Amino acid sequence: MDSQAVAAAPSDDEGVRRRDFIHLAAISWAGVGTAAAVVPLVYQMGPSGDVLSLSSAEVDISAIQPGQAIKTQWRKQPVFIRNLTPQEIAAAKAVPLSELRDPQTIDERTKPGKENWLITLGVCTHLGCVPLGAAEGENRGDYGGYFCPCHGSHYDTAARIRKGPAPRNLAVPEYAFTSDTVVTIG
Amino acid sequence: MSFPWAKNYAPQHPLMQWMDEKLPLPRFVYNAVGAGYPVPRNLNYWWNFGVLAGFALVIQIVTGIVLAMHYYASTGGAFNSVEHIMRDVNGGWLLRYAHMNGASFFFIVVYTHIFRGLYFGSYKAPREMIWLLGVVIFLLMMATAFMGYVLPWGQMSFWGAQVITGFFSAIPLVGETLREWLLGGFAPDQAALNRFFSLHYLLPFVILGVVILHIWALHIPGSSNPTGVEVKDEQDTVPFHPYYTAKDGFGLTIFLILFFALVFFAPNLLGHPDNYIEANPLSTPAHIVPEWYFWPFYAILRAFTGNFMGIDAKLWGVLAMFASIALLFFLPWLDRSPVRSATYRPLYRKFFWVLVADVALLGVCGVMPASQPWIILSQIGAIYYFAHFLIILPMISRNERALPMPTSITAAVLGEGAAKTADKAASAA
Repeated sequence: MDSQAVAAAPSDDEGVRRRDFIHLAAISWAGVGTAAAVVPLVYQMGPSGDVLSLSSAEVDISAIQPGQAIKTQWRKQPVFIRNLTPQEIAAAKAVPLSELRDPQTIDERTKPGKENWLITLGVCTHLGCVPLGAAEGENRGDYGGYFCPCHGSHYDTAARIRKGPAPRNLAVPEYAFTSDTVVTIG
Repeated sequence: MSFPWAKNYAPQHPLMQWMDEKLPLPRFVYNAVGAGYPVPRNLNYWWNFGVLAGFALVIQIVTGIVLAMHYYASTGGAFNSVEHIMRDVNGGWLLRYAHMNGASFFFIVVYTHIFRGLYFGSYKAPREMIWLLGVVIFLLMMATAFMGYVLPWGQMSFWGAQVITGFFSAIPLVGETLREWLLGGFAPDQAALNRFFSLHYLLPFVILGVVILHIWALHIPGSSNPTGVEVKDEQDTVPFHPYYTAKDGFGLTIFLILFFALVFFAPNLLGHPDNYIEANPLSTPAHIVPEWYFWPFYAILRAFTGNFMGIDAKLWGVLAMFASIALLFFLPWLDRSPVRSATYRPLYRKFFWVLVADVALLGVCGVMPASQPWIILSQIGAIYYFAHFLIILPMISRNERALPMPTSITAAVLGEGAAKTADKAASAA
């Protein structure tokens, strides 16, 4: 303990002067106020109400033939709805899970009894480009699913990542079949 | 702040004397870029590029402010407002082409300025702070240029925004939330466009502020010079004005000739035709590439193709890309050689040119499609880039034998004998 400091505060018995306490309290409270002011500034940057309210989309899938796919939109993002052929389903099932970067079976990625309907976001999990392969005649990559031309990620027929820089499978959004021909995404 | 023989500001006119007492702004300018700032007498044309970068910043701010008077930051109207500027606004085509190519020229002169610093060891003590502030300016420039490129809301704008904000989603756990926060949505849309416009208007003034700090930090030790030998006395320097105002003026003339040659005769040479297609969130262009000044960094990003050491390829790419710039912050402490200029460092000089070639190779890899042989070349290029700074440079600075250096700047210019005679004359005077 610094003896001079004690000597400089002769009226102080407990070691903390009243003025020190006022200083600390005032500066701390100013800090709390500043931190509170940051909250709305940070909060305003997040998705706004109108953006969040675009939360579901209804899609008629009756016209999609086996082997075909369509692109639709949900929350301003592209969604692929693909009617898989039995061969494509078999090809996806034949892959051992140990070979996959993001191991998932095709059953985990489709609804029971509707395993021919593969519904995924059309957003490459690498940096967000729209992979090719949904429209007729587009490059479907080395594994017959989707191919992202931006940085060369290949997805298989269950839209699982097989090759290239993307870390995860194409995301499966929440969806439900409201009838045999209509699906509600979100 | 300056050398003791710096000329003193002594206004003659009563108005200027009055001004000097109330607000000594003319004195500040006189000492910063006037006769009151003594500068080494041997600066070559590579020393023009600081002033040229400052001029490019002024071009961007002036053209940018007037473009903002006609631009409309909305996803439905942005693209059309840019076409409106090009077709209908009086002289709008000139302003937009000047702004567009001004960004490229800003990067050309800044890259030259950076490589000047690397060659002549300008980042070494006592000028580390100038270098650090320079790297900050470079980062701010990259952010500003990226956000500006998004504003026309063409295909490259949109997908550039998607890919670059996608970098943040590589961060584990919070990445996706952070990205949505940055974009204000799940994909680039109105919220993102509006905030990019706001920040694109703000950041150039932040750059201007850091440029002032950069010059302030420069004026403490004074300018470096091609020999790397410190200023010893008055005969080693000349006043900034008129000597270097004239030399910079000549360089600026050449700069403007080249700049307007591009603006008038090949304004779209450095752009992508895809950006004249309005943004379509459902279709990525077949080959998306950033603007040329990001190519080397883009190649480093794409160099990682597989998971490695338990970290996925995407995070590696993003980390490596940011690290390639962050590395520059450590440069003054990675190169411990006391000799500044590569002129007297035979080994470093060779590796400097290898680095230049390596960055050029990465640039080519960045524009090419993500397929072989470009992937393997960008991997080699990226490894070499890091090896240069982290392995080669520290090793050279420990083992290299420097060539004999001139005893002073004057000796380097006039020869050792002449310098001695000049010394005697100076002491006799």
